[in-house]
Amino acid sequence: MKPTCTDAQNYGLNCMTMSRAHWQHYSHPADMGIRGFGASLEEAFEQAAMALTAIITDLKKVKPRQKVEIIYEEQDNELLFVGWLNALLYEMATRHMLFSRFELKIDDGHLSAKAWGQELDVEKHKPVVEVKAATYADLKVEQDKKGNWLAQCVVDV
Amino acid sequence: MSVGKLKRRSECGWYLEPSGKMRVPVVIYADEELITAMDDKVFEQAANVAKLPGIVGASYAMPDAHWGYGFPIGGVAGFDPEQGGVVSAGGVGFDIACGIRALRTGLIPDDIEPYKQQLADMLARRIPAGLGSRGKLRLNRKEMDDMLVGGAKWAVERGYGTQTDLDSIEEHGRMTGAEPKYVSDRAKKRQEDEVGTLGSGNHYLEVQKVTQVFDTDCAKSFGLAENSVIISIHCGSRGLGHQIGTDFLPRMVKAAGSLGIDLPEKELACAPVKSEIGRQYLGAMYCGINCAMANRQVLTHLVQQVVSDILPKGNLVLLYDVSHNTCKFEEHEVDGKKIKLYVHRKGATRAFGPGHPALAGEFKAMGQPVLIGGTMGTASYILVGTKQGMELSFGSCCHGAGRAMSRTQAMKKWHGKDVIRMLGEKGIIVRGASTRGIAEEAPGAYKDVNSVVDATECAGLAKKVARLEPMICVKG
Repeated sequence: MKPTCTDAQNYGLNCMTMSRAHWQHYSHPADMGIRGFGASLEEAFEQAAMALTAIITDLKKVKPRQKVEIIYEEQDNELLFVGWLNALLYEMATRHMLFSRFELKIDDGHLSAKAWGQELDVEKHKPVVEVKAATYADLKVEQDKKGNWLAQCVVDV
Repeated sequence: MSVGKLKRRSECGWYLEPSGKMRVPVVIYADEELITAMDDKVFEQAANVAKLPGIVGASYAMPDAHWGYGFPIGGVAGFDPEQGGVVSAGGVGFDIACGIRALRTGLIPDDIEPYKQQLADMLARRIPAGLGSRGKLRLNRKEMDDMLVGGAKWAVERGYGTQTDLDSIEEHGRMTGAEPKYVSDRAKKRQEDEVGTLGSGNHYLEVQKVTQVFDTDCAKSFGLAENSVIISIHCGSRGLGHQIGTDFLPRMVKAAGSLGIDLPEKELACAPVKSEIGRQYLGAMYCGINCAMANRQVLTHLVQQVVSDILPKGNLVLLYDVSHNTCKFEEHEVDGKKIKLYVHRKGATRAFGPGHPALAGEFKAMGQPVLIGGTMGTASYILVGTKQGMELSFGSCCHGAGRAMSRTQAMKKWHGKDVIRMLGEKGIIVRGASTRGIAEEAPGAYKDVNSVVDATECAGLAKKVARLEPMICVKG
């Protein structure tokens, strides 16, 4: 898949391009799809996490002040991807935080992540919607011929 | 959807013969316009549901059906445990027992008008809504487990509402078979401060007026008349329900192979009812149903306090409470035989007809009230279940207008502020934390609720009783 923002911009959506790493929102009738692209699996997962936050608020408004560590184990890359996003949603819900910066390591199905963010401030962040869960709908984790990774799924809002 | 593949069996009933791995046909209830506008994915997803083990009758889609994940939204399917029937965590979804309750107020629009802004402001301030809102109740683990077993009955025992409310709630306010031990600590942790919160997305609290009565006798029996003011609450099982889905989906996907289930797609994650994981999911999911019913019961109390402060003569009485994302064990007639089935309703409302043993009091005589949520700008409906519907769709019907457009498309097309202004010109006050959130829920992003309800009646699934139009809408 070509790493550009064109698709997203055609829909008037948020999209950020930084070299090969970027993310997109895409249209789904009931909910919203998110895509992360990167030069590595880790980077694609990080970008998708940014897309997740961007459903809720303007990513730029979330300051990376506090670090939370997340661990998730899963051999299958697709299940690992959804598991990662859901683990992140759990931290968001129980800590009342939003996250904007991510650093992942994935080693043989073992994901360890650092997520930086801050406590949700309703006045400042004006959250659009709560994400209930990442789903297996339209789930894809794949590498193209040039070695770039794509990770995508539909999230339930 | 191209209707070429479908056989029209009645004015509002469409049928697709089983083919390939489908075990039963697909039956879609809709008029010609709705079915033509339906996404092909609805048809594909309903056909996938028809492939799951133990499905009986047909895989049904309601008139508001749209592309979901796994099941179509508006999908209904019943599974026979004696034929290897399954329960599907994907089929129930992440907002377990999301539903609507309608409250009579004893007020008329003239009582509200002078205080409308004040009422809207106070409801928006005092009803925890949107991301990050917290309820006032804090439950320790013992209380949490009691709530998960007790449902709305637990809330009534704690002083939220009255005993008579329970007869106006499905399952009399308490789902039996709930097993808190199968609900993870993470799910309970997520719910700690979310009891008595509205949530977000398409959830709302509306003050509405009855603008039309279609069935006078039934309306009278439900305590409705033209100009009655109703308050409706649309919300679900909050973080607890989301986490139960999150916990069980991967477990079911991974167990599928060893349980001999060929999943058409991962989101249809399911397990035989008679498997250990199936039993555990049911025990946990029933907790989710209780959590949603308790949540709506607590919210009602908060709304009553606001109404009492502004309009002391307003007294909220529960008309009915329905859940539209569930799986329940019910007796139905299939091919002339009565059998007990696990009926999944994903974005579909239970609509039991008159005489059904699960109903109490006047509902047993009339049929179950069916609450259909509209959009901020159009209308909501109260319908009543029919005897015919019991045979047509396991006593199920539509749940709302159903989205016609994605959130991303809606966001591109409308600005939240314009939506608020346009609705304001129609006399509807909208309150919400986020203007983008309001744009995503713009009335134009949904199908026409009037035609959805007309098709539901045309198909015989339920009958129209009253039409409600919004006066105040507090978005979650």
